[in-house]
Amino acid sequence: MAKHHIEATVNGDAVEFLCETEETLLDVLRDTLNLTGSKEGCASGDCGACSVMLDGRLVCSCLVLGCEVSGRQVETIEGMAKGESLHPLQQQFLKSAALQCGICTPGVLVASKALLERSPDPTETEVRYWLAGNLCRCTGYDKIVSAVMDAAATMRKG
Amino acid sequence: MARVVLIGNLAQLTGGVAEFQISATSVKHLFQQLAEAHPALAPHLEEGVAVAIDGQIYQDSLFEPIKPDSEVFILPQIAGG
Amino acid sequence: MTETNGHANGQSNGHPQGFVGTRQIRPDGVDKVTGRARFGADFNLPGQLIGRVLRSPHAHARIVSIDTSKAEALPGVKAVITREDFADQPSEFIPAGEMMMNYKDVVRNVMAREKALYEGHAVAAVAATSTAIARRALKLIDVKYEVLPHVIDVVEAMRPDAPLLHDDLFTVGVEPKPEKPSNIAKRVEIKVGDVEAGFKKADLIVEREFKTAPVHQGYIEPHAALATVSEDGSTELWTTTQGHFIVRAHCARLLGLDMGKVRVTATEIGGGFGGKTVVYLEPLAIALSRKAKRAVKMVMSREEVFKASGPTSGATVRVKMGATRDGKFVAAFAELKYQAGAFQGSPVQPGTMCAYAPYDIEHVHVIGYDVVSNRPKVAAYRAPGAPISEYAVESVVDEIAKKLGLDPIELRMMNAAHEGTKAAYGPKFGPIGLEATLNSIKKTEHWNTPLRKWQGRGVASGFWFNIGGETSVSLTVNEDGTISLMAGTPDIGGLRAALTSVVADELGVPYEKVRPIIGDTGSLGFNFLTGGSRSAFSGSMAIVEAAKQIKNELIARACKLWEAKPDQVEFKDGAVRPLGALAEKVKPMTIAEFAKISGKLGGPIGGVGRINAQGAGPSFGTHLVDLEVDPETGRTTILRYTVAQDAGRALHPAYVEGQFQGGAVQGIGWALNEEYIYGEDGKLQNAGFLDYRMPVASDVPMIDAILVEVGNPKHPYGVRGVGETPIVPPLGAIANAMESATGIRFTELPMSPPKVLKALKEQGRNKA
Repeated sequence: MAKHHIEATVNGDAVEFLCETEETLLDVLRDTLNLTGSKEGCASGDCGACSVMLDGRLVCSCLVLGCEVSGRQVETIEGMAKGESLHPLQQQFLKSAALQCGICTPGVLVASKALLERSPDPTETEVRYWLAGNLCRCTGYDKIVSAVMDAAATMRKG
Repeated sequence: MARVVLIGNLAQLTGGVAEFQISATSVKHLFQQLAEAHPALAPHLEEGVAVAIDGQIYQDSLFEPIKPDSEVFILPQIAGG
Repeated sequence: MTETNGHANGQSNGHPQGFVGTRQIRPDGVDKVTGRARFGADFNLPGQLIGRVLRSPHAHARIVSIDTSKAEALPGVKAVITREDFADQPSEFIPAGEMMMNYKDVVRNVMAREKALYEGHAVAAVAATSTAIARRALKLIDVKYEVLPHVIDVVEAMRPDAPLLHDDLFTVGVEPKPEKPSNIAKRVEIKVGDVEAGFKKADLIVEREFKTAPVHQGYIEPHAALATVSEDGSTELWTTTQGHFIVRAHCARLLGLDMGKVRVTATEIGGGFGGKTVVYLEPLAIALSRKAKRAVKMVMSREEVFKASGPTSGATVRVKMGATRDGKFVAAFAELKYQAGAFQGSPVQPGTMCAYAPYDIEHVHVIGYDVVSNRPKVAAYRAPGAPISEYAVESVVDEIAKKLGLDPIELRMMNAAHEGTKAAYGPKFGPIGLEATLNSIKKTEHWNTPLRKWQGRGVASGFWFNIGGETSVSLTVNEDGTISLMAGTPDIGGLRAALTSVVADELGVPYEKVRPIIGDTGSLGFNFLTGGSRSAFSGSMAIVEAAKQIKNELIARACKLWEAKPDQVEFKDGAVRPLGALAEKVKPMTIAEFAKISGKLGGPIGGVGRINAQGAGPSFGTHLVDLEVDPETGRTTILRYTVAQDAGRALHPAYVEGQFQGGAVQGIGWALNEEYIYGEDGKLQNAGFLDYRMPVASDVPMIDAILVEVGNPKHPYGVRGVGETPIVPPLGAIANAMESATGIRFTELPMSPPKVLKALKEQGRNKA
């Protein structure tokens, strides 16, 4: 079976790659493009550790096929910081100790950024329901939710 | 003489005797004497026990000193997860 | 909030309070928030093969034959291994990670030999040039099974006519020794006083039986290992583990290698909670790499994690307690039956020891049974054994409070263990924080908030012993005066931040000038694994030793340089300082200044701490929970949750709070939703995150964390381990809150919506 030749944009960069039909976007990101920041926790779209943005929409990259992103824009955790500047969410997560083992953190950050882009002043409930697709086993979510709300406040101040 | 108490199943290996008065200056010394008196205890003393001396639990600490009036408990080893 | 109820014995060397106790940014943090940090599956070697495991589809079966010829012939397959590739191990108990394990069992869990003992049991493995080829190769392996009847439930497995897993398993701990083998590996017992006499003095006796299901540690990162073996047997292994030195020991033994030839690197670890303290993929990856002469990478799927790693015991527990009408506990009995999984070694022993540990009771008798059954071998899960037994005990304590009309906190205070109390498992407690945590909870606004209909409140206490253990660290002063710390216990949740603060304070240098790494097995002396709530406790103790060496060396060099005597100088605030008259002749010299000329003064500057850390002190905790039950659906919502726990001295308060919060939420999941669901055929029906339902962000509220600090006199900073205790009280607290909300005492976990609804329907109360 011939591989597919795909051209797409990842974190603002033009990329091209070959992939099998059954390879997921997560497989492509991790194994072909060497962007290992997105993690595989379940491969069934239940844990959110593989969260990325596809054309501005939050998706589980394990539920998207590699060949589906032809001509489209993908944003991963690796594109969140700008140069040496961490995104306010990344900074706040560090300040608030909103991570312990850190395996869920990339997915949570991508998902949180997506939330704040559409809802810059979310309530605690809104944050919790938005992040319900991102499993964390270490933190109990408390400091994650606080960090997202604190980062939102910082970002609103401009 | 230190008061030495075996906790849990260990007393089964000493014919049911769980409490001893033993003169020992260290854990190593204590184990030697217990093993001599009750050879069935020996392998368990080598691996798998913790020793509490006057309330402080020690694990794998052969040279830990025992005072003449110490209260010593030999317990199953404790770990965690 | 922090409450310091006692003086932490931690003013070591009179150093000023600096970074310890403050909320510094963790040094490994930037990599973790940018996706740069490399976890187990993020490592790759050029030319690596992909390894995959063939697993038994049967819960119990004799393996009659394995034919790998077709798989070996498939183009792209470079190695196939089976039981033939592992030498059998003699029966010998060793402290293996967290429990005593028999190596005969270890080798069989890694790769099945005579029998497949659970669905998911590894039967063969292949290494191929791609995942697709490896998967195809597995399908070409022909295994002939003779399916046998299976048994999973612990009570069923104890019956004399139950399907037998091991015909050489004779119950240890019973007299006379049994003549027939059974599934009961061990009977354990602790006894204080005479419970029969004690019960006669009781005005009230409550006896209940409880049942819990197996649950998984639930780490989000699946097991992963990457191995490369050279022709001379030198082996390099990267693995996500809580203990890379333990991994080395296991692999060396299982594969007949010298430890010195095996270099194991612990990658960043995406959660473990005890489940990554043993080996699964590592010996397979090494064996495949040895055969294929290429690097082999293996990663478990989520389904494999559920089916083939080490979920904890399901159990049946009977508790009987007696109290006077004033609330004094006079006698306590419990019988624990814990699943061990396919091989012996459940945490029933610590379960027996923890059951009544929070209380001062004159007569205590606890019996425990370690029982094998056809499900994966149990691995440790955060305070192994304790959540189960304390769920049962705390439920009965609550019932006693209700029946005697006593406040549940007052009842616990009345019977609480304190300094000098003789623990049920033998020794007297030193200073402990149980009463402090009970008081903290009593004083909260949470405790005094009124409740509405269908809302309930529950409280429970618990503890873990905590351990120390062998620890090696190395501190190096670099030529520019920065400090490199190499620790050897994998950082599972903020350890490097805590240890960096300790180094900074010990040497009087800024926090940013200290860089910590976790060294591999070739770089440090032995380190016992991260577990038992030991890594911050032991690591900081070892750092004090290493720092002492550096300080002593600097003082010695200053004396030579200044031609002074030791009593004319002191080390303080990052420099050697001249005292008295000498101060008029020479200026203080900082660590950095010494480092710049270290060669001229004798050589590089560093210190090592190599200890077997003793003096671990128990950490007690009390949890308070409010919840609301929806009578129409049986769904429970946690409204409010407060944890008060004794940390001794919090090296980094935010990461200590994080342990409280994380453990509490694992407990919420265990109490309300998580369970292994087996079909009649012995196969796991919910081997994925959709149906193995762990708490998500919308399931829980903020978890208020109250840091109590009753200093541990045996630690230079007063530290107590904190990681495990938080999972011990939640099951009891939530069960008690459910009773408060519904009037129903749930004696079976999880208290999931179908069960709650069924119980309410039986009483005709399933409406708002």
